[in-house]
Formats: sequence, structure tokens, C-alpha cells
Amino acid sequence: MSLGDIIDKTSSAWMRADAPSADVVLSSRVRLARNLAGVLFPHQASEADLAKVAEQVQKAIRSVRGLADLVMIRLSETPALARQILVEKHLISPQHAQGAAGRLVAIRPDETVSVMVNEEDHLRIQTLLPGLQLEDALELASQVDDMFESKLDYAFDEKLGYITACPTNVGTGLRASVMVHLPALAATGQAGRVLTAVSNVGIAVRGLYGEGSEATGNVFQLSNQVTLGRSEEELVDNLAGVTKQVISQERGVREKLVRERRDQLEDKVNRAYGLLSHARLITSEEALGLLSDVRLGVDAGLLPGVDARDLNELMVITQPAYLQRIMGKDLGPQERDVRRAALIREKIRARKEGR
Amino acid sequence: MLCDECGKRPANVRLTKIVNGVKSESHLCEQCAREKGELELFSEPNFSFPNLLAGLLQHEPGFAGAPVAFPGGATSRCRTCGLDFSGFRKTGFLGCPDCYDEFRPRLEPLLRRIHGSTRHTGKVPGRTGAATDTRREIESLRVELSRLVAKERYEEAAKVRDKIRALEKNLADQA
Repeated sequence: MSLGDIIDKTSSAWMRADAPSADVVLSSRVRLARNLAGVLFPHQASEADLAKVAEQVQKAIRSVRGLADLVMIRLSETPALARQILVEKHLISPQHAQGAAGRLVAIRPDETVSVMVNEEDHLRIQTLLPGLQLEDALELASQVDDMFESKLDYAFDEKLGYITACPTNVGTGLRASVMVHLPALAATGQAGRVLTAVSNVGIAVRGLYGEGSEATGNVFQLSNQVTLGRSEEELVDNLAGVTKQVISQERGVREKLVRERRDQLEDKVNRAYGLLSHARLITSEEALGLLSDVRLGVDAGLLPGVDARDLNELMVITQPAYLQRIMGKDLGPQERDVRRAALIREKIRARKEGR
Repeated sequence: MLCDECGKRPANVRLTKIVNGVKSESHLCEQCAREKGELELFSEPNFSFPNLLAGLLQHEPGFAGAPVAFPGGATSRCRTCGLDFSGFRKTGFLGCPDCYDEFRPRLEPLLRRIHGSTRHTGKVPGRTGAATDTRREIESLRVELSRLVAKERYEEAAKVRDKIRALEKNLADQA
């Protein structure tokens, strides 16, 4: 398995549609921030320091059996387009994709584990699972963490816990997050109310691609705000509890829409499906919006014959960089819109014909 | 629709600007938007946690102003990485793990504001944190010891005392 294999693979483990609560929760993610004792944080470190950190991490990966399947990718030697694809697949952050010297990412071939090296912290261990599986994501991250810790000296303070470059992450170094699809709450103008309530209990709300991005396609990211003073399990339980409440609110409104506004809802989701099936020019923003409507139709049982897994895949492959990868060349915005529309039509036709 | 600027290429960037409460909308092509510097807004996320944190610190009366000397007379520079506390104030990032020791008295109030706590209660690393586990255990054994002494159960107390001594010896050997 190589970088090329990873970026060519259009489906990832997190896209599975049969996961727990997958009708609302697209994926669960856990990230642990770790740093090496006595080494300057990446933003202050010299290139030589960064190279040393990268070397130590690579050595750990080679010598610990459970880490040996991680694929190492040096971002400074990776073309910009491939880096952008790793972002679109949620394997690295947009900051990490800038690809300065000494930056690495190590990815498990099924894409459930990715370890960013020399991002904001020396190590950022991430796990990504489909649906609502925060406890499992934490356990997996913690296992990978233990394996690295058996070879690396972490910066750990008895009182403050795991030391991080930014004090907002100190303590557990844990950021747990879920991506939730809330079309019914959004359509009835209730998403704002629910998300404000959520932010009052220590949960941060963001758009699809994390910090600084807007919610496209009614997909929101919920994550814990605080990292110090509570255990990893408490933080994850709190997020899972809040997410379950958001799920039941969203499901409640969906049921109500199906019961009381069935005609409008069927019209909306079928129109979206029609547009995706026939449009000849489509922007990524429009595609995400329509995919959101179609997904609502699928989850509400109004669009038999459409597979939610295809929708997850389309969410990723209709993003600009991915599309250019598939087409094998740089594309201008208009050309991208043409290709994107063609790709979506092809996917829908393939499913209809049972391919 | 054609670009408002060049009038030749198709517009694919819709720009909404609100300046002093006046909203204006323009339609540009990607190239003109880039030339006018309008796309830079999107290429770099300006609103991030560290920036927000740095902003908080700028407006904190206790933190503002020229570098202040430490109560102990030390300067406000980290001895390991050389970071000045004002550097942290600007970026929201510390320079190295040792900064937490160097700036601890100033960081604690901030940590309390961010997290509502200054004490880690979660995971302890297995290998590098072995000493932490030992110290946590010694602490709880000491509590146990004074409880036994108070109840005049000296035989059991002696056993606990020996356990504490053994653990302390372990710690010393590790160091």
C-alpha cells in the first residue's frame, strides 16, 4: 500500500453506512495530541529538530509490531494535489497540508488511524470510525498511543497531564468529535437553536472541514471544548450523550416531516435526486446541498434504490482536488463543474444498473 | 453571468462585503478575485483557537504591557527555548514543554479560565508516567497510614509504612 493507493481509493472505512446511528452521524473521530520531552514544539523547532522528531517516530513505527502497517508519507515530497486529497479525506488538517519540511503523516491502509507528525504538536494520533462509535475510537487511539509511548519519551506533567503547544489542548490532549447530518433541523430553522444549546454544555460546533469552515450540506462537527480536569472517558461520554440528544431531535423532526409534510418532503428529495441525475454543470457547494437532500430521502425511506454509501463517497470525490485526481489533470472551475456533474450521473447510473 | 471586473470571463466568485454596515455584492471570476486579493480571505483560516486565545490575552489587564519580572526575580524568558511570554501572548503557542514550568504561575489562571481546572485527572503514560502512578499510590498510602495510626493499629501501620518506603526507594532508583 502506498500514498497513490490511499488517494486513489475512493471509499474509506468511515463511509460504511451500516454503522450505529449512521442515519444522522456520519463519523466519529478522536484525536490525541502528544509531544516529545525536551524538544521544542514544531512551530519553534529548527528543521534539524523536526527531522529528529520525524526520525524517532519512524523508528517507533518500524520497531513496534502493531504500528508496522502504517504507511509513511513525507508531505514535503508529496504533490500539492495529493496533499489536498488527504485533507478532503479528513486524514490530515489543512494546516498540515501546507507541507513544510519535516511534516509527515502515517496512515493505516483502512484509514481508521492517521498520525500527523510535526503539525501543531509533535504527534497527533487520530482515529476515524463510521457512525456513532466514540468509545471505540477512543480505545483505538489509546492503543496506538500506548504503542508509540513504549518507544518515545512524552512530555508529561504530573499536574497538567500531556503537554501541548497550545494551552487549549493540555491535559488529556483529547479532541473527540462527531460529524452530524442535520437536514430536518436545518430545513425547519431549528438547527441554530439546537446547536446553541449544545455549545452551552461545553461542546464546540463547526462546519464540515473543521476550524474556520462553514457548514456545507447541513453537516456539522460537534467536539469537546475542554481537555483538562476530566478524564478521557468523561469527555467522550459527555460528547456521546449530547450527540444522542441531537440525534433524537433530528429524528423527531424527520418523522414529523414524513408524517405531516410528506408531499413536500418527497418533492424536495426527488427534485434533488433528479438534479443530481441530470445536471450538466454543478458546483461542489450545490452538490453537497443536493447530496444532503438525497441522503435525507434515503434515511427517511423515501428513495429506495439509492445507497447511502454512494452518497458518502460522492461527498468526497466531488471535492475539487479529488475530482482533478480522478481526471488526471488540473481543471478550471467551469471544467470542474462539468466533470463533477458527469461523475455524479455515472455513479447514479451504475447503481441503477446494479453495477 | 460575466465577471464585474473584466467583463470577459464567467463569474464564479460571489463576494459579499459589509463595510460600516453597508452591504455590497459583486460577482467576479476567480482570476480577478485573486488579483484583487479577495480570495486570500478564504485561503487562510484567520479565526482559529490560538488567535482567539491570543486576543483574550491582549485584552487581559494583568497580561498586557511590557515584560514583567517574575515574583522570584526571574525574567519572563523560557530558559530552554528562549520564548518571551509576550511571544506566547501574540501567538497563543508556547515554545517547548519546559515553558509550562517557566510560566506556570501565569498560565494557571489562564488554564482555569479555559478549562475550569488546573489538574489532569485522565490517562497517565505507562512508561514515562510510571513515577506518577507511584507517587499517586504513595499519596494514598500516606492517608491510609495516618488513619491506622490514629486508630492505634500499629502492626498494620508498620506494614503500610514499609510499603511506602519500598515505593520511595523505587522512585529514587528510577531517578
